[in-house]
Amino acid sequence: MRVIEIKNLHKVYDGAGVPVHAVNGIDLSFEQGEFAAIVGPSGSGKTTLLNMVGGLDQPTEGEIIVDGTDIGHLKSREMINFRLNNIGFVFQAYNLIPVLTAKENVEFIMHLQGRSKHDRNQRTKELLAAVGLDDRMNSRPNKLSGGQQQRVAVARALASKPKFVLADEPTANLDTKSTENLLDIMEKLNKDENITFIFSTHDARVVAKARRVITIEDGKVVSDKIK
Amino acid sequence: MLISIAWKNIWRNRSRSIIIMLAITLGIYGGLFILAFMQGMVKQRLSTALNTEISYIQIHHPEYLENDDFNCYINNVNMVEGLLQDDSLITAYSKRIIVNSMASSAETGTGVKVTGVDPETEITVTNLHEKVVDGAYFEGVKRNPAVVGQKLAEKMNLKVRSKIVIQFQDANGELTAGAFRVAGIYKTTNTAFDEFNVFVDIDDLRRLTSLGEGRVHEIALRLNKIENVPEVRTNLGDRLEDMEVLTWKERDMMLGWMSESMNQYMYVIMFIILLALFFGIINTMLMAILERVKELGMLMAVGMNKLRIFLMIMLETVLLSLTGAVLGIIVGLITIAYFEKAGLDLSLWAEGYEAYGFDAVIYTTIDTNSVIMIVILVLITGLIASIFPSRKALKLKPVEALRTDN
Repeated sequence: MRVIEIKNLHKVYDGAGVPVHAVNGIDLSFEQGEFAAIVGPSGSGKTTLLNMVGGLDQPTEGEIIVDGTDIGHLKSREMINFRLNNIGFVFQAYNLIPVLTAKENVEFIMHLQGRSKHDRNQRTKELLAAVGLDDRMNSRPNKLSGGQQQRVAVARALASKPKFVLADEPTANLDTKSTENLLDIMEKLNKDENITFIFSTHDARVVAKARRVITIEDGKVVSDKIK
Repeated sequence: MLISIAWKNIWRNRSRSIIIMLAITLGIYGGLFILAFMQGMVKQRLSTALNTEISYIQIHHPEYLENDDFNCYINNVNMVEGLLQDDSLITAYSKRIIVNSMASSAETGTGVKVTGVDPETEITVTNLHEKVVDGAYFEGVKRNPAVVGQKLAEKMNLKVRSKIVIQFQDANGELTAGAFRVAGIYKTTNTAFDEFNVFVDIDDLRRLTSLGEGRVHEIALRLNKIENVPEVRTNLGDRLEDMEVLTWKERDMMLGWMSESMNQYMYVIMFIILLALFFGIINTMLMAILERVKELGMLMAVGMNKLRIFLMIMLETVLLSLTGAVLGIIVGLITIAYFEKAGLDLSLWAEGYEAYGFDAVIYTTIDTNSVIMIVILVLITGLIASIFPSRKALKLKPVEALRTDN
């Protein structure tokens, strides 16, 4: 089932009077359950692409259709709601809420969705167990290692049962062991929950794990390989 | 959830939050204590005025006060007494003859107001008899006893049993004089009252002034509750159309104003205190928001809408403000309760206070409505203070916010 369809996507910034084509005509689509990596040098446009797919930025031209909705032209309030219910995010810097425990960070998304206490509890336990942190539920982020924090972030990204998860350089701040651990968990969750994972990465280990690798240069797709 | 997050956010920077909370605590404590001090002062002044000086209601001839005319007296006193005895809200009344006089001693002379009273009924209306500090209230002197204020006694070098000559115009307009002997010296918290008021037996004064039987200048009433004053005044006013019936507020406009307006002035002071705290709160919250730009970007990215972000910041501001305020109120109430029993002794400045009729030992008091009003004002201050930092947060774009280095 097609989750994301990108048609003729363009993003032009005004770079001190000179237009900058950060994304210069991209056509892509993603199916349910894909585990894909978008690679490219700095300035290639992969972060801009990911931001638009995540609804954090609007295209200058083109369409991004997610589950039948063109998210490129949603109003701000509609987009926030769409992100809440359909998109999960994993950031490079973990970005957990420091005053909440691991459990509360995961529950937070479901609170925003208005889910019942029973649902929240159950899903949180499942996800923290799946990422191997059921014994650290009540720890705050400052008591967790980088790898552990990123695993909580993955659990949080999946809490809302999104259509897909966007992970922007999720392993950039992690050591080798933590990276391998994290990627194994994400791969397992991808298979178990059948949720699409899309990475933006420079990390060869992520590329190695991905089942599809899309290369972007100068705002265009130059290669799209399925392994 | 938002309340929980807001509360936890306050303690992210413990020292900063404690400093602003302490500032709020001190400000509220100061405002509350000043309010209690002023309420105590007014309450005591009112009590003195009602119980010692002017009573609850006074009845006169309609032209008596305006013209200050000795011959403007109440004629049909029996009819008035009948009405007063029928009203259960009136607990006691006292009839008085009043004459403006010149008092002389061996040393000096001064103008005074001489009030002739029936000691037995007068003590049911006023508590002046309890203020006697030397001698006795109309006892110890058989012929023409007088009770004078301590300030007057000092001025005229009078002691108990001293002679005092009082000169005045009688009912026929003739200048006459009477020799009195000091039976008692009283002291109230109003030195102006003490200096000006001399009390003598009504029969002695009636005889000396030739004011006929059954005629008086003033009838002073004591009520069971101050709240009943308007009702009693209306009833009497309707039935005594040819007399002037005045409440304590009408007899002492300054006191009436003080009683009604003091709270309003105190709220102005409170407003100024809160205005100063307002800027401190805004500053604290702005710093908190600027430190969390990246986190706010993340919250918007994962789907926290603008209303919730606004509510989170607003709750944090209000909780910060209310915590400081509640501490200030608790400390304030403890202090007020202490001084309500022990009294705040300002006798160093006693002369100044007593010149205006105020006690030098103030017993602080605060009513529940005032405390509630302060809490509401703090709430409003917190709400308004949250607007500026919230707007700053809501203007953030998630993509740009996520790129910052917090």
